[in-house]
Amino acid sequence: MISLHFLFVIVLVVLGLSAVVFKRNMIKIVMGLNVIAGGVNLFLISMGYRQGAVAPIFTNAPDLLMVLPTPQALTLTAIVINLTVTALMLSFIIMLYKHYRSLDSFKRRLLG
Amino acid sequence: MSIIVKTMVCLIAVPVTVFGLYVVSHGHLTPGGGFPGGTVIATLVALMLVAFGKGAGGKLGGRGFLSSLESIGLFLFAFVAFLGMGSTFFGNFLANTGGIFGDPVAFGSNPGNVNTGGVIPFMNLAVGLEVFAALSLIILIMFTHSKEDTP
Amino acid sequence: MTFLVEHGPAIAIAIPFLAAFTVPLVAKLGGRVRDGCVVLSLALTEFVVLMLAGDVLANGVRTYALGASVPSLTAPAGFPVRIILEVDAMSALISLVAMTIAFLASLFSLKLIPAKEGLGKFFALFLLLSAGMMGMCYTGDFFTLFVFFEIVSISSAGMISFFRSGESFEAAFKYMVISVTAGLFLLFGVGILYGNYGMLNMAAIAGEVAAGHSLLDVAAISLIASALLFKSGSFPVHMWKPDVFQEAPANVVVMILTSSLVGLYVLFRILFTVFGTVSTAVAGWLIVALGAVSIIVGVLMAMPQRNLRRMIGFVAIAEIGYVMLGVGTGLVSMQPVNAFGVNALSGGLFHIVNDALNMSLIFLAACAVAYITERRDLSGVGGLAHRSAPLAVFFLIGLLAISGIPPMNGFASKLMIFESVFFLNPLLSVIGITGSILMLAVFVKVFVALFLGTPYEGKLRKTPKTMLIPMFVLSVLIILLGLFAPFAVDTLITPAAQALLDPQAYIGGVI
Repeated sequence: MISLHFLFVIVLVVLGLSAVVFKRNMIKIVMGLNVIAGGVNLFLISMGYRQGAVAPIFTNAPDLLMVLPTPQALTLTAIVINLTVTALMLSFIIMLYKHYRSLDSFKRRLLG
Repeated sequence: MSIIVKTMVCLIAVPVTVFGLYVVSHGHLTPGGGFPGGTVIATLVALMLVAFGKGAGGKLGGRGFLSSLESIGLFLFAFVAFLGMGSTFFGNFLANTGGIFGDPVAFGSNPGNVNTGGVIPFMNLAVGLEVFAALSLIILIMFTHSKEDTP
Repeated sequence: MTFLVEHGPAIAIAIPFLAAFTVPLVAKLGGRVRDGCVVLSLALTEFVVLMLAGDVLANGVRTYALGASVPSLTAPAGFPVRIILEVDAMSALISLVAMTIAFLASLFSLKLIPAKEGLGKFFALFLLLSAGMMGMCYTGDFFTLFVFFEIVSISSAGMISFFRSGESFEAAFKYMVISVTAGLFLLFGVGILYGNYGMLNMAAIAGEVAAGHSLLDVAAISLIASALLFKSGSFPVHMWKPDVFQEAPANVVVMILTSSLVGLYVLFRILFTVFGTVSTAVAGWLIVALGAVSIIVGVLMAMPQRNLRRMIGFVAIAEIGYVMLGVGTGLVSMQPVNAFGVNALSGGLFHIVNDALNMSLIFLAACAVAYITERRDLSGVGGLAHRSAPLAVFFLIGLLAISGIPPMNGFASKLMIFESVFFLNPLLSVIGITGSILMLAVFVKVFVALFLGTPYEGKLRKTPKTMLIPMFVLSVLIILLGLFAPFAVDTLITPAAQALLDPQAYIGGVI
């Protein structure tokens, strides 16, 4: 049986990929990458999900039935990396806009 | 920006900083740690830039100061990791020794003891410093650069 | 010494990291202190990597659990915990190549880049890239692999845009889109593996896969392999490579070239060691086909190029193709293992070493020519052999080595690939040899245009010693590896090939 969140993961990844491949606006490409990242993060988080469980922290824990901590650590790291990547790409776009006065990825100099 | 925005930013500056520091310093007990805490404090920089304009960036010490702070944070992190070399790299040489941050950790649900965790609180502090400086720098640079171009 | 070897895997990653964070602070003290710090830290790392390689070749796999009470405590409760670094003959070989190139590239860059304000940050990124490559070589678990993969992407992209021209930002943006997509594919694949086995350690997953595998493994391996092929710039996603070669500073190009070879190494590690039982002949044939197409596309696209750097970029795609041809043939004939498969695998691995050395030498020589003539466009330059003989000699050595002319090292590895690929399909050998000949044609044309003919009249700068020394070391390594090829294959390459063919040693290092 396929759970619903896996369906959403696939939808998000495909949507993001199609944005990266087909969109000409560079900001939309970065948005597409972020959508893929959202899908992958959702996938990682749903790996460790247990119904009715609490966050894996002992401080004042109401219950000892906890979700898996490893996927959460992985997701947090992935989010941090995604943040740096997005910041870097957006600053590239700022500089590209200054040079070319356009956000269109087709208006470029390096060809062939 | 209007006086209302400026006054509100001044008012919430202290609570935001305190909350950020709380998140950093309790990283080994509650959800959070260096990255979320540093991000919380860095939002203050964004607020100040929006409210007071580009000039606020200079009051923070400018780019040179922030990037030095960033390097210092990262250096401290790697340095603490190197100090654990007595056992292995990243070795936690302070945990369960009874000294600073050296209390043994209780198993199961407990109210939380700040004096645990060994080197992890130090690493959280270093990461918090680094993330605060780096994000402030990113916000500052992007803010000033995108402002230059608007006609 | 034993301390250095015992903690070697961690130290080799940690020294460049620590130096990367120190250099921006130290740079305020002056240029000499900064340069000294960079070169010294990389030399120290090179020493550690050498010691570690010697130890691994003598004593077998070495593992390192970060944060454990003793380095070898990888599985205290029967299953692996903590971040585990693992070094075997294969990763020792690749890390040796990567670190040597990084050290020489750092020497080359000292005089290359005009003194600018951000030079401390540039070297910080350079050291981060070296640390990331070391991490990709030594890591023993999938998630750390993802983290180091992204460190390599981010730091390279930052350095590609160093000259701040529109084209360089374009190249960096393109590289970044490809790398980030690759990184997310890798993370997706790692997530599938984690959901399937509940572990992230490569050796432990390899043990589980050997016991039985499902369709999910095939999905994961496809995602991870495609991510690493994106990174290494083989045929379908090669378009970032010429752009990066054209726009990035010379030392960065050399580092990115090496990082793409490290990406290939990780691909082979995962295909052979982790999924040795899953990756059947189909995966091998896919790698072979992509390699063959890379050779054709790379060489054919290199011929009409007018920009020398861009041309070398396309040749780099073709060179990646030779590695994939060799190792892919090894993968096809893995079950059962036969002699020509092992020979092809060794040839492919040897070609990784040679590719890194040859391409670096020819690219550094080309960039040194651009430096002494102070021109980015070399179209009007000619007859430099009279006025700068060392550069002509270095370029000639690189040219002969890339085209596989004896007695250079490129001949040795290409011969091993051709003679064994012939048994798989004679057509592949034909493609390889034709590509090699066309490469020779392309480079001879450039050599004649640049170094022979009417002498260049314009002013020439002196070639700095910090540029000549790396090129000299690379030439000596190329000639030595060519003259003593059987010795090199026996001591370095065969253990590495055996390490890939026998995953039990790698698995046994952890569990």
